[in-house]
Amino acid sequence: MKGKMAIIGDGDSVLIFKAVGVNAFSVNENSDVKSLIKDLSKEYQIIFITDNIAQKNKEIINEYLASTYPIIIPVPSKEGSNGFGMEELKYSMEKALGIDIFQNEEN
Amino acid sequence: MARLNVNPTRMELNKLKSRLKTAIRGHKLLKDKTDEMIRRFSEIIRENKTLRESIELDISKALYQFSIARSLMSKSQIELAFSMPSVSFDIDCDTKNVMSIAVPKLTLSENKSNKSLPYSMAEVTSEADYSVKLVEKVLLNLIKLAEIEKTTSMLADEIEKSKRRVNALENILIPDLNETIKYISMKLEENERGSRTRLMKVKSMIAGR
Repeated sequence: MKGKMAIIGDGDSVLIFKAVGVNAFSVNENSDVKSLIKDLSKEYQIIFITDNIAQKNKEIINEYLASTYPIIIPVPSKEGSNGFGMEELKYSMEKALGIDIFQNEEN
Repeated sequence: MARLNVNPTRMELNKLKSRLKTAIRGHKLLKDKTDEMIRRFSEIIRENKTLRESIELDISKALYQFSIARSLMSKSQIELAFSMPSVSFDIDCDTKNVMSIAVPKLTLSENKSNKSLPYSMAEVTSEADYSVKLVEKVLLNLIKLAEIEKTTSMLADEIEKSKRRVNALENILIPDLNETIKYISMKLEENERGSRTRLMKVKSMIAGR
């Protein structure tokens, strides 16, 4: 199966991904991100989404957790990471292991 | 513990005994599976974390760089310059079997066109060139991250599920079965004793006649 990639981001900064063959969709405050994700998930196998948008649309992203494709991955926006991606990682770690195994390494 | 609602007969007893055997075997298998999944998970999660950390830095750098480049050009210029990709990645989306979970496996082949940039040098500022290079670099890692992160979250999901199953077997089904088996065998013994005393009674009645 051939894979296609898309990125959803706020503002125009994601347009740069067009230069490397990733389809970019820029959204703003009023856009309907939920239906955009739904539409994209039918066509694209890998969807990157900037973490500030991902955080607001957590429920819809979680719907796709159980299936193999599409892969929806939060990436930081141009303001830098807001920690959402790490949080998700931590969450799945706690779900699986019951503990946070990185806790000691950070301190 | 609640006893199962069955008739205390020898047939039920046999049935329950075989169920208990299956349950114990299933419990052992599931527990082994969970342990193995946890081992793999803790391996993969470290990789995932380091990858994500490096990518988060790279990507915000690239996006920031581009936003500077963008501010130097008009929107239509940008759209025009970037709408033709210079590098396109062909990704093969496959599935891999990890502990009977279908996780994604992405293999990619890079299709580089002869030009290194998607536009002519005259159109676009050097800031944009730089950001395209950055994004190109980060994309490879990004695809790897996509694969690993999906695997992590799917594994986590599966571990949680099979943990719940192990617990259900260990703490509910197996004790229940044990208790019911005990109840039935006691009931059967009781019946046997009852019929024996009845026989003895009948015998003494016959002898007394």
